[in-house]
Amino acid sequence: MRSTKWTLAALLACGMAASPVTAQQAPSVPQARFVVVLDAAHGGDETGGRLANGQFEKTFTLALTTRLRSLLAARGIQVVTTRESDAAVEPEKRAEIANHAAAQACLSLHASESGSGIHLFASSLAPAQPTRFAAWKTAQAAWVTRSLALEGVFNSALAHAGMTVSLGRTTLPPLDSMTCPAIAIEVAPERSPGKDNITAELTDPDYQARVAGALAAALVQWRTEARQP
Amino acid sequence: MIPRYQKILFSILLLASLGMGVMLWQLRERAHQRMIAGQDSAPTSAPEVAPDEQATLVVASDLDGSLLTQVHTLPLPDDPGARARVVLGKLLDLYAAADAGHKVAGGASSVTQVFLLPAPEIGAAAKPKPAESPTGEAKPGDSGSAKPAAAPSQQAQQTGPQLAVVNLTGSFVASHPSGIQTETLTILSICGTLHANLPRVTQVRFLVDGQPRATLAGHADLTRTYLAADVVPSEGTHP
Repeated sequence: MRSTKWTLAALLACGMAASPVTAQQAPSVPQARFVVVLDAAHGGDETGGRLANGQFEKTFTLALTTRLRSLLAARGIQVVTTRESDAAVEPEKRAEIANHAAAQACLSLHASESGSGIHLFASSLAPAQPTRFAAWKTAQAAWVTRSLALEGVFNSALAHAGMTVSLGRTTLPPLDSMTCPAIAIEVAPERSPGKDNITAELTDPDYQARVAGALAAALVQWRTEARQP
Repeated sequence: MIPRYQKILFSILLLASLGMGVMLWQLRERAHQRMIAGQDSAPTSAPEVAPDEQATLVVASDLDGSLLTQVHTLPLPDDPGARARVVLGKLLDLYAAADAGHKVAGGASSVTQVFLLPAPEIGAAAKPKPAESPTGEAKPGDSGSAKPAAAPSQQAQQTGPQLAVVNLTGSFVASHPSGIQTETLTILSICGTLHANLPRVTQVRFLVDGQPRATLAGHADLTRTYLAADVVPSEGTHP
């Protein structure tokens, strides 16, 4: 009997002592996981375009993915990739990986010698209401609005980093089947405004580092916006 | 012992077979003679020179990813299919020029044919954009959701919207630069140029050497139906 009283008193004391701490911790809600899918375009026999130094697009996109993944991991962002090596991955498989990840952002990374700076593309599908069963080739339609918002965040972040950015819409097979905010990012050499002379080649390590850093900053900004109530 | 009636039947069939063989040989000889005569014949009428007309070309620029309209004066034939081929030929000639803002080798010969067909109906929900229906298909490209119009009337065929099927050469596609922007610009400029000069052309599909192809040069989807009316820029626009 005596021991029961002492036990109750101890529990009450612990509860009173602990309650202020609980009250202080209450506002800190557990953060939802933030997942990013990085899709290094092409691979295997599908080499993509050939860049200025003879390098294939598939090699550039894989290297950029590796670099970007490291930057994102350092910022606490979970990354899912569609390929880790020089392997051929079908567009359908890429979309499957992205859709299974339930990611907050899906980036399809490309490179080209045409144009200047960074080209951002969202799907050209018309926005549509989400449905229980989405058609595979147009599943992105329900996410286009979010994808355009993601494109806007990247536009701001890249412009803030001093990069030339162009926005567009396109019809790209894996992009149109992704059920996440998804954009395609095409990295091109940097050229003087209004002229054709190149100021930064795709093979320039400094340029690659700047691009990866700017993309990582954009994703951090996207995470911040996604977590705002 | 073979019955008499079977012998007669066999003889008739044998004669009929021989007769048909002789006739086939004669028809073949006649066709051969006609072909030879056709090859040797000189032109019997002078080729018609089409009058010069103004054509609007939607020209792409890689530097800023824009599409701009340009007006050129060209001899344009009356036949819509031939007309479409001529304007696209001029557009691709611009791209093949050394100082082109959107360089693509090949020139006018890269467009083998342009077929104009009554356009299939697009689902109502697909209307506004180069887009498609909420349930799934259509858009700046989707062939899947397009439903064939039920027996279009003669008048509808003459005045209704048209689907242009552009048959490109394999060499043009093989030499096209690879990249999302450059491929998208090529497709959109072709769609915009067709609609600007043939307003009834509202949808465009692509073939390469007469066959469907997945992408232009590894990126832009060539299996879809593109909605041409959404492409024509007022001045300059991004894709």
